[in-house]
Amino acid sequence: MVMDQEMGRYPSSSSSSSSSGAPNLHVLAVDDSHVDRKVIEKLLKISCCKVTAVESGKRALQYLGLDGDKSPVEFDGLKVNLIMTDYSMPGMTGYELLKEIKGSSRLREIPVVIMSSENILGRIDRCMEEGAEEFLVKPVQLSDVRRLTDFILQGDEDRQKVGSSKRKLWDVPRSWFTTSCS
Amino acid sequence: MEVVGQLQKQYVDFITSLFREAYLDDQYVQLQKLQDDSNPEFVVEVVSIFFEDSEKLLNDLASSLLVSISLFWVFILCLRPSLLLMVVLFFLLFLFQLYSQQQVVDFKKVDGYVHQFKGSSSSVGAQRVKNACVTLRNFCEEKNLDGCSRYLNLVKQEFYLVKNKLETLLRVSITLW
Repeated sequence: MVMDQEMGRYPSSSSSSSSSGAPNLHVLAVDDSHVDRKVIEKLLKISCCKVTAVESGKRALQYLGLDGDKSPVEFDGLKVNLIMTDYSMPGMTGYELLKEIKGSSRLREIPVVIMSSENILGRIDRCMEEGAEEFLVKPVQLSDVRRLTDFILQGDEDRQKVGSSKRKLWDVPRSWFTTSCS
Repeated sequence: MEVVGQLQKQYVDFITSLFREAYLDDQYVQLQKLQDDSNPEFVVEVVSIFFEDSEKLLNDLASSLLVSISLFWVFILCLRPSLLLMVVLFFLLFLFQLYSQQQVVDFKKVDGYVHQFKGSSSSVGAQRVKNACVTLRNFCEEKNLDGCSRYLNLVKQEFYLVKNKLETLLRVSITLW
């Protein structure tokens, strides 16, 4: 369901699960608000992610190579591990961007998280049905971002090890999450 | 040293009062927590972006609430009617304007701007601005032009109040620490 904004307490454990240093996630953040882009960028950087922030769904699709102009090969070096998008944006909404991404065979595996200042149940359901990983109510907190990045990093590891099937973030108990930047 | 200590205390008292009077809320604290040595100007940068965006939004809001029917006045003048005809037309237009204001203003557009303003003020922790935006949105939904105009003034007022206080706060915190 919707993640609330409590600050989780994270034991400062060493990331024993990962081998030689945790890989850095590359996150594509999409938001028309300059203030929100600045904040989400900081939240992600603090969580040791590489961030690319764009101001519209259209620019996001261009970046992902979904606008038809670029071939997929050019984007291997810029592999995106997570997309975080605002819901209400002029032009293309976050929901429409989500549909475009999930409709692409090349990009549909990338987890997409929707952010919104409005906690509207119908909206949340629609996004989850379309394949969103998570729906975050703004303002997004550091604990939300850490939970997300931990989940995706762990998911990647699991997939490499045993090829496990995808599970949704909210199925996992919160106490499971640890975090560290290195 | 004594002076610095006193100033620091004044700073703490000041910022405490801002929270107590709901100018700022917990989100501002979250922004402060995000600031670190790698980016010691983070809060200043975010707040500056907020100020800049807000000025633009307030201008957009003000102009979107203006009844665009004023163009008709220009059109009539261009027709160069006789004085009597002009007086009659102006009078009719004035009456029309009185009764049709609700239909002419694009409340959806106004609501869009207010939504943006609500979002950005929420993201920096400007609680009173955010709350005023919430009420302004209600007036938009009701297509209440009078309410919108009144509340826009309040939103503007709250914005300039918090802007003033934040500027003082940030200026002092930079000199003291």
